[in-house]
Amino acid sequence: MSNEIQVEKVLDFKGLPCPMPVVKISQEINNVEVGQVVEVHTTDPGSLSDFPAWASTSGNEIVKTDQSDDVIKIYVKRLK
Amino acid sequence: MSAELEKQVLELQKKLEQMKPGASDKLSMIVFSGDLDKLLASLIIATGAVAMGLKVVMFFTFWGTSALRAPEKKVRGKNFMSKMFGFMLPKGTAKLKLSKMNMAGMGTAMMKSLMKKKNVASPEQMFEIAGQLGVQIYVCEMSMDLMGFKLEEMINYPNLKSCGVATFLAEAKDSKIQLFI
Repeated sequence: MSNEIQVEKVLDFKGLPCPMPVVKISQEINNVEVGQVVEVHTTDPGSLSDFPAWASTSGNEIVKTDQSDDVIKIYVKRLK
Repeated sequence: MSAELEKQVLELQKKLEQMKPGASDKLSMIVFSGDLDKLLASLIIATGAVAMGLKVVMFFTFWGTSALRAPEKKVRGKNFMSKMFGFMLPKGTAKLKLSKMNMAGMGTAMMKSLMKKKNVASPEQMFEIAGQLGVQIYVCEMSMDLMGFKLEEMINYPNLKSCGVATFLAEAKDSKIQLFI
């Protein structure tokens, strides 16, 4: 139970292709506080490499990715 | 003693000046091509770059200027050659063709229907997003002059300006990434 991620907000990016998932997360991340986590739902497999690339450039953190479902879930933590 | 110190401070300031990073987090892009596929690629890179925290400047030149023409706008007072060019060149993104597999328009039509099906944004929508994100767009003054285009017949884009090569070079010199598409 202790490793359960506290999600502040769920964002539905399903059906959006490149570059929209990254464009949207870069805007949406500013709507939560530093330290909070957003859960992104996407159907774009490119996001699996794009989100970590975006996070390392923008100084945020990908806490976890979950692709067990058709919908990919990416947990992003705002760091700054 | 104080004169000596002053000299040292000045020397240090000079050195610091030289140490200033030459390039900032900026992407300067030349859009030379008027092909649909290449325009789409450049707009995707531009919007993606903003998401990555880069400032983005796009320069539309030569065939690329056609992409910025607004289909609904008409400008009076053009000479014969300008009118001919205006007639022969695509007026707006809806008239652009693929660089490959156009097949008399069939390939382009197929690609457009696929893009719609797969929810890929059209160049028109991408321009809108780019505008909201603050991507700066310049149009090459000389290209417009050659083809008889005027700034008044270009799309409604925030802060759209015409410029010459020096504007691009000044931006490119200060950019970490420069692309020619």
